[in-house]
Amino acid sequence: MKKQSALDRRKVVAALLADRGDALVVTGLGSPTYDAYAAGDHDLNFYLWGGMGGAAMVGLGLALAQPKRRVLVITGDGEILMGLGSLATIAVDAPKNLAIAVIDNGHYGETGMQRAHTGRGVDITGMAKAAGFKSATTIRTQAALKLWISKFHRQSGPVFGDIKVTAVAAPMALPVRDGTAIKHRFRTALLGAKALE
Amino acid sequence: MQTDQQTKATVWPDQIFDVLKEAGVTQVAYVPDAGHSKLISRCEAEKSMHTVSLTTEEEGVAMLAGSWMGGAKGVLLMQSSGVGNCINMLSMFQECRLPLLMLVTMRGVWGEFNPWQVPMGGSTASALSGAGVIVHSAERAEDIRDTVHASALLAFQTYRPVAVLIQQSVIGFKNWSK
Repeated sequence: MKKQSALDRRKVVAALLADRGDALVVTGLGSPTYDAYAAGDHDLNFYLWGGMGGAAMVGLGLALAQPKRRVLVITGDGEILMGLGSLATIAVDAPKNLAIAVIDNGHYGETGMQRAHTGRGVDITGMAKAAGFKSATTIRTQAALKLWISKFHRQSGPVFGDIKVTAVAAPMALPVRDGTAIKHRFRTALLGAKALE
Repeated sequence: MQTDQQTKATVWPDQIFDVLKEAGVTQVAYVPDAGHSKLISRCEAEKSMHTVSLTTEEEGVAMLAGSWMGGAKGVLLMQSSGVGNCINMLSMFQECRLPLLMLVTMRGVWGEFNPWQVPMGGSTASALSGAGVIVHSAERAEDIRDTVHASALLAFQTYRPVAVLIQQSVIGFKNWSK
């Protein structure tokens, strides 16, 4: 039995985004979207409220479109489990500017806290490594998190981190839901007038 | 007839390539398909295009949402059997009003050999329509260029997902004899 993590998801995500610079952020549906909003609403957050299993691939498309910008995907363990093939696709494409952080509570928090495979021993860091990610790390402590955050922002990608957090539910924090509003805000901040062409 | 079909087969993928290049497509996501093999090769050889091989079609749908968010245009090349894999991911395009151009080679409809292709082939158009995708179909090789061109314009000018179904009457029969 691996030791339990004591990391709090809200504090983890706040730390991941504290020095985001001009990074573009994609958040997986459910708690990671709420966590990113709770860390501070930002025009360059693409909050996903659906498309489960697609967050990492949204990040890939964005990273290819904006090769000079860092693209940070923050998603859940259930979300990444639904798109495991994308780990292979991303490793093969090897975008240098893409980093993925999985906020892993080992459970499906939105649907009644059923245990996910990650909570039953499945090692998604091992899967990312086997797929060919140059950098794949499991993080369980504050000290390890602090070290990893610089990789998340600066290491040549693709970078993968599985951050084990407690399964304690965080207070409600809900960002804008309207997909077109999220799109326009993000694209206008990134592309200026070209966003509406 | 054989020669005629072979000639058509060599021309329409090049026409699609020209349309995509003219439309400013820079990202090409694909699940390999025999019907698209020539187009995939052309895109791989083109410096202005970045090709991404997928493990499943829905990855490409999600990827192209990110492409557009980042200011790039993309295309998804796939076979009809992969349409079912895409359905939930397509909800992003309807909800966010994102453009998507899908070029779908058909199986299971016309002169098919493999009975297992028939169920998905028969429901491809209705599955796409049900997921909010505008569906165009090209049944003759000479219709391909205009249909793909019109679909690219519709997708990127009105911010909507559009699929072109390239029918087996264009692709020709798959040879099972060797």
